[in-house]
Amino acid sequence: MARGGWFRKQSRNGAAEATVPDGLWSKCPRCGVISFARDVERNLNVCPKCEYHHLITVEQRLTLTVDENSFVEMDAGITSLNPLAFPDYDDKLNSDRAKTGRKEAIVTGRAKIDGQTLLIGIAEFGFRAGSMGGAVGEKIVRLLELAEQENLPVILFTASGGARMQEGLLSLMQMAKTSAALARLDQARIPYIVVITHPTTGGVYASYAALGDVIIAEPGATVGLAGRRVGNQDMGAKLPEDFQTTEFQYRCGMVDQIVHRRDVRGTLGKLLMFLTEARTYVK
Amino acid sequence: MLNNPLDFEKPIAELDDLIDEFKLASREPEMRADAELKGIDIELQIAELETKREALMTQIFANLTPWNEVQMARHKDRPYTLDYIRTIFKDFMELHGDRTNADDPAIVGGFAKFQGESVVVLGHQKARDLKERQLRNFGSARPSGFRKALRLMKLAEKFSRPLIIFVDTPAAEANLMAEEEGISSTIAICLREMSVLRTPIIVVIIGEGGSGGALGIAVGDTILMLEHAVYSVIPPEGCAAILWSDRSRAPEASAALKLTAKHAAEFGLIDEVIGEPLGGAHRDHPLIAESVKSSLSYHLDVLKNLSIQDLVDRRYSKFRNMGRWENTDITTAVVHVSSSD
Repeated sequence: MARGGWFRKQSRNGAAEATVPDGLWSKCPRCGVISFARDVERNLNVCPKCEYHHLITVEQRLTLTVDENSFVEMDAGITSLNPLAFPDYDDKLNSDRAKTGRKEAIVTGRAKIDGQTLLIGIAEFGFRAGSMGGAVGEKIVRLLELAEQENLPVILFTASGGARMQEGLLSLMQMAKTSAALARLDQARIPYIVVITHPTTGGVYASYAALGDVIIAEPGATVGLAGRRVGNQDMGAKLPEDFQTTEFQYRCGMVDQIVHRRDVRGTLGKLLMFLTEARTYVK
Repeated sequence: MLNNPLDFEKPIAELDDLIDEFKLASREPEMRADAELKGIDIELQIAELETKREALMTQIFANLTPWNEVQMARHKDRPYTLDYIRTIFKDFMELHGDRTNADDPAIVGGFAKFQGESVVVLGHQKARDLKERQLRNFGSARPSGFRKALRLMKLAEKFSRPLIIFVDTPAAEANLMAEEEGISSTIAICLREMSVLRTPIIVVIIGEGGSGGALGIAVGDTILMLEHAVYSVIPPEGCAAILWSDRSRAPEASAALKLTAKHAAEFGLIDEVIGEPLGGAHRDHPLIAESVKSSLSYHLDVLKNLSIQDLVDRRYSKFRNMGRWENTDITTAVVHVSSSD
């Protein structure tokens, strides 16, 4: 067998898909390069070849972001109902609960970064594609209201397909609900930082993900309002190659900085320092 | 008379035409004489046909499917925002431009008098003929539209004018240009600013309430919705595409999404359903305008009795309580099923 013969390209007809042994190898979804899973993990789950930022779990995100053992979860029991009796929704919720060990598509709680206490929310994309229904909206608003009461800064890591279709109009209203809580946070002059991760779209991007005092984003993430399937079929113009990505949104002025995963923690620490410093000019 | 009857309206449209012919005949002396000669009583014929038509309409409209409601909400003969502005308001003075780079014709608005009182009125604007429909971008607002809307809202706040908003849009524009100009960010800012705007806001969903494009101008103290309007988190076609990769299954998706006015009221997400004339708003523009006017008048009086701070606090609680969830944590177990109900 020729050297590297086992790096077989994926067959077009799908008959003989290249099989990658679980755990040992990792294939990049973007550039297709196969690397040692351990190398990818050591690289913070970023492809060593093309810098693709793989989806990571909430636990991995916490490890990368907050001080060791500082995270205390809140409202972990809040979960969705099926108010529309939407077909198959109960089954999907149950299988996602089993799969992720979570009750909802966001994990919220209290943590520290560089010793500084803050409130943090991290999207669980593995749960209903991180979509926002009643439970997600409630958990975010509770976090924001606590931030106002205790005068603590808030950081949200977003990753979401948007408002959760299966809860219909009730989901759409979560956009207004979370944005209204953010208006109050604004008035109370509480810092609110958004970290956009892959993918952040739809009603989430058009509400709390776009309202950060500072918005940073991981490179290469999908970021935009309507996916091609949902929106107008014909986008009307030739689309740039990076349409609806972090880089596109940065170019258009929607993002303050594109930050590599290895630098997110440091950037947040620095931002918190700027935003929570005692005010210099007080009436 | 219907210019663009839907499939299920066609039997009604046929009777409409027949009635119109008889009415025409009754005005023509020659035809009248001819009918009398043949022993036909035209007035009686008209009365009988009208009774028949009413029975038919009652039967058809008692059995509308959710998809039929979507078709009604999108009906080409349905009154649009400017139709309401022209009939309900006086001295409308349109204001243009977002003060950044454009004026979006998909959203119209300005100063007007409502029952003698100065108000700010705005809303999505659809159109009927192809050229104007393109100009109005089929009622899909661009970032500049939301910026113009926000500008008018701030004017309402500055001059303490009540804000009256009409919603009628398939969705926000989401093409390349809209993304480049920050459609998501603009909608998000509208949601945030409306929630703390210090003036009364009444929203009327008159046709299509298309997801974020609708909600972006629909955070109000009182939300009214016409009987045959729809309000949805996603267009039924988009929902069908996601669930079954088949946009033609939109009728099934409409049923699953529970997007009718009746459902929105049941979920406590709107405050009142405004009844439409039998057969729909498009069959009687003056009558539906009168209903909308009296409802606006009633709710405006209610809101005017509240202090601005109460108003803003109430608005926060209203949206704060929307959504259904349960807490499975044993120590604090609670099921939240109430909205404003």
